[in-house]
Amino acid sequence: MAMRYSALSIFLNGLYRNTGWTTAWRFPEPKPHYDIIIVGGGGHGLATAHYLAKEHGITNVAVLEKGYIGSGNVGRNTTIIRSNYLLPGNNPFYELSMKLWEGLEQDLNYNTMVSQRGVLNLYHTDAQRDAFTRRGNAMRLHGVDAELLDREQVKAMLPFMDFDNARFPIHGGLLQRRGGTVRHDAVAWGYARAADARGVDVIQHCEVTGIRRENRQVTGVETSKGFIGCNKLALTAAGNSSRVAAMADLKLPIESHVLQAFVSEGLKPFIDGVVTFGAGHFYVSQSDKGGLVFGGDIDGYNSYAQRGNLATLEHVAEAGVAMIPALSRVRVLRSWGGVMDMSMDGTPIIDRTPIDNLYLNAGWCYGGFKATPASGFCFAHLLARNQPHRTATHMRLDRFERGYTIDEKGVGAQANLH
Amino acid sequence: MASLVSCPHCGSRPKEEFTIKGAALPRPSADAPQSTWFDYVFLRENPRGRYDEYWHHTSGCRRWLVVTRNTMNHDVEACRDASEKPTVTA
Repeated sequence: MAMRYSALSIFLNGLYRNTGWTTAWRFPEPKPHYDIIIVGGGGHGLATAHYLAKEHGITNVAVLEKGYIGSGNVGRNTTIIRSNYLLPGNNPFYELSMKLWEGLEQDLNYNTMVSQRGVLNLYHTDAQRDAFTRRGNAMRLHGVDAELLDREQVKAMLPFMDFDNARFPIHGGLLQRRGGTVRHDAVAWGYARAADARGVDVIQHCEVTGIRRENRQVTGVETSKGFIGCNKLALTAAGNSSRVAAMADLKLPIESHVLQAFVSEGLKPFIDGVVTFGAGHFYVSQSDKGGLVFGGDIDGYNSYAQRGNLATLEHVAEAGVAMIPALSRVRVLRSWGGVMDMSMDGTPIIDRTPIDNLYLNAGWCYGGFKATPASGFCFAHLLARNQPHRTATHMRLDRFERGYTIDEKGVGAQANLH
Repeated sequence: MASLVSCPHCGSRPKEEFTIKGAALPRPSADAPQSTWFDYVFLRENPRGRYDEYWHHTSGCRRWLVVTRNTMNHDVEACRDASEKPTVTA
């Protein structure tokens, strides 16, 4: 059993030259059979395991991760959390996520550095202000905080932005104060540790290579550590969902695309919260270490390479400088790419599949990180009870065929599908 | 991705001249069943490896091309004019 972290434990371990600390989770070998196997030890898979154990008492669970914990998309995002969604199919789900974020550190007994520093979306035209007013009202009707700021209010917060840009003047913004950032790899570690403490086996460096089936039922998975049997199989391999689902002969409404993100050199405190440019593909926040963390849109082509192209960096930098001219002299330290499960309507899938005991959690596009707690919570609910959680009833796999796409932003793998 | 792409009409050109549309799939006939159209519009093989894509040579000959590209390492293997491939099947 893992030790409980507290100020007292830091003090007491200090007395013993910090020799008393143990690993945050075990490194078990796989058992021959589990009640539930979760494929993918990213944020969503680990959160699913945690809530299966905590909310439903199901602990005979394995999480199989092909790399190490934190090596995939959970450590490759820009750490933003928010619940500023418009549509009824989305909003309650992301608000559930926000509420879980707000209690996450106590729940996990782990410092995930949840920082509700605010998320501000800028608007630049009358039409955009109307759209933001509508979204803000929809949020407030759902019980989510939203404030529409005018130009002077935004200017008081971020005076260095280019408010009088000839092409994209800043007229104001929609602010969600409860939005913010969370340290992303700590989320993976915290969930892994909490799930492990309840008896879940987190098995790293164990790649699933096949899904064994008999009579339209999954019986287990072939892995790099041999065959492991299961009663239920749960897929949380976003980025590679299509490849894992193909092992069960499923073809998904998903394309894998690359999304890049960037970090600048460390600067003095400059930007309090998260700010998004409403006239181009750019968003930025400042890490506690001082680096500006920023990014834009997907590169726009299928890729599993975990790296992007310079043309996108140029585009992102142009948008950033249009919003904050001072950025033109900031040096970029690092860039990286993550593989996005781009669903065809830009909305995720948490659902059962045509195979009875195979469950799918996929299609998170570039919005998976903020959803981590609710994704795990709702997927665990689905796995345990065979019924979708009430906040995730719209995220169905067959919605494309039925014509019930959830078209939050009119995006997805390709804009021409809307 | 390769910096230069061999357009069959213009020769070796910088990749920034091209616009990538996406999967080069055979378009079903207008009277094909709905399931065929659903498959065409929404479902993807999404392979990790060789992939045929429609590219538009936006800043060149403005022809539609089919580029065979590797999604694992971004290498461009081949590039041909889209008209060389039958576009209506099923």
